[in-house]
Amino acid sequence: MSRTPISPLNLSRRALLQGSGALVVSFALPPLRALAQTPPPIPPALPTRGLSKSVAGDAVDGFLAIGEDGRVTVFSGKVDLGTGVRTALTQMAAEELDLPLESVTVIQGDTGLTPDQGPTYGSLSIQNGGAQIRQAAATARQALIRLAAERLGAAPETLTLKDGTVQPRSGGTGIAFGDLLTNRTFALKVDTTARPKDPALYTLVGKPVARLDLPGKITGTFTYMQDFRLPGMVHGRVVRPPAIGATLESVDEAEALALPGVIKVVRAGNFLAVAAETEWGAIKAAAALKPRWSRAETLPDQTKLWQHVRGSTVTKDDVTSQVGDADAALKGAAKVLEATYDFAIHTHGSIGPSCAVAELKDGALTCWTASQMTHALRRQLAAMTGLSTEDVRCVYLEGSGCYGRNGHEDAAADATLLARAVGRPVRVQWSRADEHGWDPKGPPTLIDLKAGLDADGGLVAWSSQFFVPEGAAGNVPLVAADLAGLPHETTLAPGNIIQNSAIPYGVANVRTVCHRLADTPLRPSWIRTPGRMQNTYANEAFLDELAAEAGIDPAAYRLRSLKDPRGREVIERVMALAQWESRPSPKADLSGDVLRGRGVSYVRYELYRTYVAGIAEVEVDRRTGAIRVPRFFVVQDCGQIINPDGVRNQLEGNVIQTVSRVLKEEVTFDRKAVTSLDWASYPILTFPEVPEVVMELIDRPAEKPWGAGEPSAAIVPSAISNAVFDATGVRMRSVPFSPVKMQDGLRAT
Amino acid sequence: MPRTSSLHVNGRAVSVRVDDPETPLLYVLRNDLELHGPRFGCGLGQCGACTVHIDGAAVRSCVTPLSSLTPDQKIVTLEGLGTQEAPHPVQAAFIAEQAAQCGYCINGMVMQSAALLTRNAKPSEAEIKQELAGNLCRCGTHARILRAVKRAASSI
Repeated sequence: MSRTPISPLNLSRRALLQGSGALVVSFALPPLRALAQTPPPIPPALPTRGLSKSVAGDAVDGFLAIGEDGRVTVFSGKVDLGTGVRTALTQMAAEELDLPLESVTVIQGDTGLTPDQGPTYGSLSIQNGGAQIRQAAATARQALIRLAAERLGAAPETLTLKDGTVQPRSGGTGIAFGDLLTNRTFALKVDTTARPKDPALYTLVGKPVARLDLPGKITGTFTYMQDFRLPGMVHGRVVRPPAIGATLESVDEAEALALPGVIKVVRAGNFLAVAAETEWGAIKAAAALKPRWSRAETLPDQTKLWQHVRGSTVTKDDVTSQVGDADAALKGAAKVLEATYDFAIHTHGSIGPSCAVAELKDGALTCWTASQMTHALRRQLAAMTGLSTEDVRCVYLEGSGCYGRNGHEDAAADATLLARAVGRPVRVQWSRADEHGWDPKGPPTLIDLKAGLDADGGLVAWSSQFFVPEGAAGNVPLVAADLAGLPHETTLAPGNIIQNSAIPYGVANVRTVCHRLADTPLRPSWIRTPGRMQNTYANEAFLDELAAEAGIDPAAYRLRSLKDPRGREVIERVMALAQWESRPSPKADLSGDVLRGRGVSYVRYELYRTYVAGIAEVEVDRRTGAIRVPRFFVVQDCGQIINPDGVRNQLEGNVIQTVSRVLKEEVTFDRKAVTSLDWASYPILTFPEVPEVVMELIDRPAEKPWGAGEPSAAIVPSAISNAVFDATGVRMRSVPFSPVKMQDGLRAT
Repeated sequence: MPRTSSLHVNGRAVSVRVDDPETPLLYVLRNDLELHGPRFGCGLGQCGACTVHIDGAAVRSCVTPLSSLTPDQKIVTLEGLGTQEAPHPVQAAFIAEQAAQCGYCINGMVMQSAALLTRNAKPSEAEIKQELAGNLCRCGTHARILRAVKRAASSI
């Protein structure tokens, strides 16, 4: 077999090779790993008028500043979405500069101050963002030692960093960082060859450092986006159309304007909002407006959603892996299995609805936002308003956990339009119904799978087709810009949802195809673990069907086709952790009112990074169809761990959030709009239903760090489906696993 | 017309002027009194993020109109429960267990748990879960929150 040249730009080709058989993988991996572990280049700096701080992503001064007091400020384009990234980035920077944690401050996502390191998504904050900051700090360390060596007439290797000074290793007085620099700036490019600190010498990285933000959050002193206030600020509330696509025909404003403190009704096309002196005043005024909207019924009948998806126009096919000849091998197989899986439309479900504050002053816009992508939002707001990008500054403030692109950017656009219309700073707080109804959704995912087994049950052919919207992880169109008829993107941006459509096993004949659809019922975006979760659900549950057909233990069945030692290790360790009993599924005795079972699942995230294996234990109530997940075991290898307690928190969170998704969640809609507008109609997991999460982390300090915020969600749906099959003999192929679906399945057996 | 209401918040008497006596307590606390511990989550009493204590009981401030309160009812918010320097045992336990991710729901978790522990100093795990059944967390911090409440119970 010959080695195929790899183009870094050809993602499908890359996925194709990675998803292929063991022989190809063994050739393909070294260059691919090198490629994948280099953070992407940072786009050129876009300065903000009136600010002189460098935001260049290739300059040390873009990332680091030394204060007069010797404290170091780190400027991070990646932001903490509640995952603890700020603490982890502080650890990484402090480690390289041999500073105590309390000497380092991290500024996040301020387009006037921080480089554009790309949106905070895809489990890349540490892997890419942290790596870039680490490299800048390593460059700074090297420069500080060189400058001190010149000053002292000493050899660089005789010097070391300690408490904000460079000093001789043998002891003696050091020189403060700031005193080594002209105007305390480095004026240096980030040196990509500067060698970061030897992990063997780490004192902060790899340690379970307490989160820097939690004492403030737990005592009420932390300032969330929702808490931010400006002098002279007023409160805005938006009134969305009752049907997607409806046009605003008229508004009776009289009653709203008569209320105390109401400042203005703002109408631009189909964008309707009100501003008032107080928040409650704005809420009441919005309710008092009497708009007349046209009728619109643009959404499909939800009871026929999957026919609708299957019938949608396909604009292109992404072949994400192709090895051998799957069609021919299927024809020659001793046994062929087929199944269709689906995963419902989901919302992000942030506990705090989106919020933003905007101020237009002297022709420049400043927007305080919990956006996960302030640099991209800045460009969107500039396009929407016609302002030059230099006159727009977006400043990140932490909001409620978003786990994906929720409504934060849309609230920013609302506040911007209102600030422009009112001439005062405006805060827009979305209602619960705004968030559930108008945040962009994780799109419906439909997957057909087919596999061929040989006479011994061995997997010889795998063929799958995914029906998912077109587009990638670009900018999601802003609702306000759309409604107001202002410039905005018109392409779909569901995230990179074709990831993990290919499988992480060595199979001789594989073809996986993503049919990209021209449209999807609701505005799509990336929820947590976008595509990887839905695709891995289908892949790992269907693989379990094959193991059951072959009469082979499902964990052993996976190991048969997996050569990667790190992949094998997570599976073997989770089996030991859960005291896995080796036997085929379903279990022999399927009687009783409460049926118990266990299921396993495995993923290699995006086929090139973090490894996760999990085992779900379930209890199924035969009479009610209710499924409970009392325990979930998970083992993860994400390379070098920065903060093990932070990673554990992410694993627990991913498992619990995804158990919620699998058992309970589904956005409902009628022909007009979303109808699941609160927590009663879109329930999520509650305390009595929460599983115990038992986990092990594999730390590899000598390796690069990979993402930890998303990967473990990918294995949860299939582990539960497989456990339900083990318990009942019923295969759950449609998320959510509602009691009705479970009862239907039990009746059919 | 704006009217003045007297309240007792975090140990002191305060007066606020609002246009509408039906204004939910949450907005008065957050916007008039600048107490940001209680958070807006749903405005429907479904998620618990806005929880405060009124005479020691956990109450959803987003559905508690100002008009329903009397000046002698003692309102306590997260800020009044304890501070970073002198945290309430429940707050100290949440910090010790690192029981938050984004932290947006944590006000409700702390306030609901503190109210539980004043009624029932040694709750079982099932009792804690039941008490917190109406408090939603999206980050999936539940296991740590349970550990924190148990830790607080053992420290009180």
